[in-house]
Amino acid sequence: MEKVPKADEVRGKEGEVLMSDLKSIIQTKFTNEPFSGNGALQAFSQKGIELFNEQGIPTSKHEEWKYTRIGSVLNKEFSYAGGATAVTAKDVDAFRLPGNENANELVFVNGIYHAELSTIRSSADELVLMPLSEAVTTAYKPVIDKHLGHSANYHTDGINALNNAFAYQGLFIAVKKNMAVQHPLYCYYINDARTVNVLSQPRTLIHVGVNAEVFLVEEEVTLGASDSFINRVSEIVVEENANVHIYKIQNEDSHSSCVKTTHVRQVGVSRVNSVTITLNGGMIRNNLNVILEAPGCESNMYGLYCVKGNTHIDNHTIVDNVMPNSLSNELYKGIIDENATGVFNGKIFVRKDAQKTNAYQSNKNVLLSDAATVNTKPQLEIFADDVKCSHGCTVGRLDEEALFYLKARGIGDKEAKALLLHAFAGEILDKIELPSIRQYADAIISERLGFEL
Amino acid sequence: MLSIKNLHARIEEKEILKGINLNIKPGEVHAIMGPNGSGKSTLASVLAGRSDYEVTGGEAEFLEKDLLELSPEDRAREGLFLAFQYPIEIPGVSTTNFIKTAVNEIRKYRGEEPMDAVQFLKKMKEKMKLVEIDQSLLSRSLNEGFSGGEKKRNEIFQMAMLEPKLAILDETDSGLDIDALRIVAEGVNKLRDGKRSFLVITHYQRLLEYIVPDFVHVLYKGKIVKSGGKELALELEEKGYDFIKEELGEAIEA
Repeated sequence: MEKVPKADEVRGKEGEVLMSDLKSIIQTKFTNEPFSGNGALQAFSQKGIELFNEQGIPTSKHEEWKYTRIGSVLNKEFSYAGGATAVTAKDVDAFRLPGNENANELVFVNGIYHAELSTIRSSADELVLMPLSEAVTTAYKPVIDKHLGHSANYHTDGINALNNAFAYQGLFIAVKKNMAVQHPLYCYYINDARTVNVLSQPRTLIHVGVNAEVFLVEEEVTLGASDSFINRVSEIVVEENANVHIYKIQNEDSHSSCVKTTHVRQVGVSRVNSVTITLNGGMIRNNLNVILEAPGCESNMYGLYCVKGNTHIDNHTIVDNVMPNSLSNELYKGIIDENATGVFNGKIFVRKDAQKTNAYQSNKNVLLSDAATVNTKPQLEIFADDVKCSHGCTVGRLDEEALFYLKARGIGDKEAKALLLHAFAGEILDKIELPSIRQYADAIISERLGFEL
Repeated sequence: MLSIKNLHARIEEKEILKGINLNIKPGEVHAIMGPNGSGKSTLASVLAGRSDYEVTGGEAEFLEKDLLELSPEDRAREGLFLAFQYPIEIPGVSTTNFIKTAVNEIRKYRGEEPMDAVQFLKKMKEKMKLVEIDQSLLSRSLNEGFSGGEKKRNEIFQMAMLEPKLAILDETDSGLDIDALRIVAEGVNKLRDGKRSFLVITHYQRLLEYIVPDFVHVLYKGKIVKSGGKELALELEEKGYDFIKEELGEAIEA
C-alpha cells in the first residue's frame, strides 16, 4: 500500500521547491546587476551574495522565522532597478511627515539614497552624508571596517546576507562629535512600484559621535499598486554620552512588505530610545537589536502595533548586555483586529561580565476579533549571577468592568472601546519626544480607533 | 420615576432577586438595607444594566420607559446614575476628558449641542466646589491611585456633573472614614433639589444619619420584606438584622 504523506510533509516539500525557485530568481537578477564601482566594498558584498546562495530566503523551518513566512510575499517577479526612476519632489510631498519644514529629509528611492530629492538643513559641521563606498576611502574607514555588517552576527539568515550583497550602494551618515542635531533626520524609503514589483535593499551605517544627539524618524512608502518589498538594514554606532532617538512609522498598503533590521551598538555610555508604531502593511518584520557594549548604558525600546485586515506584524528584538550596570526597558503593546496577526519575540542576553544588569521586558496585547492572533515569546539567556531581569506578556480582550463603568456614564459602546484602546496606546505614544511626530502618531492611531475628543 | 414590579434576576444559575417591588417618586430618597448577600448590589447592577445578570422575570419602568430594554449607556442618558461600590481605575484616561465625553454623549442623546471648553470648565469649577474635590485629582487618570475616599468623592462629583434624575448609591459608605463619609453625604445632600430621586443602598445605618431617607426598605433573600420610614433604620441598628430574620424567617422559608 502506498504511504499517504501527512499534510505537514506535503507543505514542507512544496515550500522547499518554492524557496529554491525564489533563490534562483534572485540569483539570476543579481548577476545582472552592475557590480562595477563597488570598489572597496566589493569583498563585503561578495561575501553577502555567497552567504545568500548558501542560505536562501528563510523559511518557517528557521526558528527565527517560524511565524513569518516571507517566502509567501517574495515569491514573485521583482524588479531590482536602482534609484533611477521618475520619482519627483511632488511625489515626495504626498507623504512628508509633519515637522518636515525643520527636518533634514533623506529620500531613498528603490533602496538608493537620492541626493536631489533630499533636503539637508544641518551644516557639514553637524552632519556628514556620503556613499558608504566613498566613506570607506576616508578617515571613517576604521568605523566602517569595525561596524559594517555587525548585525550579521545576530542574524545569520539569507535575508540579512542579501542586504549585505547590496551594501556597496549604501549610505554612510555621521553625526559629529558634540553636535546636538537641530534638525531631525526624516528618512523616507520609497519603492516606486507604479509599473513593476520592486524589491529594494536600503543600507545605512550611522555613526553618532561623542556627546551628540540625534532624532531619526523613518517611514517606508510605496508608490503605485504593484508589490513592494523593502529589505532594509540600518546599523547605528553610538559613542560615549550620545543620545539617539529612533522613531518608525509604519503605515503602508497591504501590498507592501518589509524586513527592517535596526542594529544599534552602544559602544560608549549612552542612551537610546526607540519607538516603533505600526498601523498598516502586508508582512512586516522588524528586527531591533541593541548591543550594550559599555558599562552603564540605557536603552528603551517601545512598540505599538495597531493592525487589522490581513496585516502581519512581527517584532523581533534582541537586547545584548555585554558590560555591567546597564539598564534596558522594553514595552511593546498590540491591538489586533480582523484577521491580522502579531508576533513578538524578545531576546535578552546577559553576558557573564554584565553584572548588575537591569533588563525589563513586557508585551501586552488586546485582541479585538476572534480571528486575530498573536504569538509572543520572551527568551532570556543569562550568564551573570547578579542581575535583575523580568519579562511578561498578556493577551486578552478589553476589560469588561472598565467598559461597563464608561457605559454607565452614558458613553456609547464604540466610544467607550475607543477611549480604552486609546488609553492603552497612549502609554507608548507618550514616549515620542518630537511633538510633531507624537501628534501625528496620535492622530493616525486615534483615527484607526475611532477616538475623538 | 421608577417603578419595579416583581423583579427576578440571577447570575449564572443562582437566583438572587426573587420578586422585588419598589416605587420611587420624584424627589424621594429611598434607602435599601439588608444583610450581606441579600441582593442589594445585585439590584443596583440590574438597574444599571450590568450584563452579568440575567433578568428572569418582572418589569422595571423608568420615566415611562421600559428600563430593562435599554442599554447601560441609554439608561445613563435617560437620567439614571449608579455610584459604584468599587469605582474602576482606568489608567491613561484623564478624569476630566472622561467626564467631558460623558457629558457630551448625554447631551447628544438629548439633541443638545456639545458643551464648549469654557462652559464645561465653568461647570466643573462649580461642581468641584460643591463636592469639595480638588483639581489635581481630576487631571489624573481616572481613579488611578485614588484613595477609597477620593474614589467615592469622584463618583459624587460625576453625579453632580451629569445631573441625573435618579441616582443609585451602591454602598457608597463602604470603606470610608467618618470625615470622608460626611463630605460625600454633604455632596449628595446638596444635590437633593426636591425633584431628583435617590436610592441609597447601605449595610449600615450610619450613612442614613447624614443622608436622611424618606423610606427605608429591608432586603432579605432577594425580596423586600419590610418597609417603613427613617425610624426603621434606627430599629435595625439597635436590634440587628436578626430581628428581621426572626420576624420573617418562617414566612420566607415557606
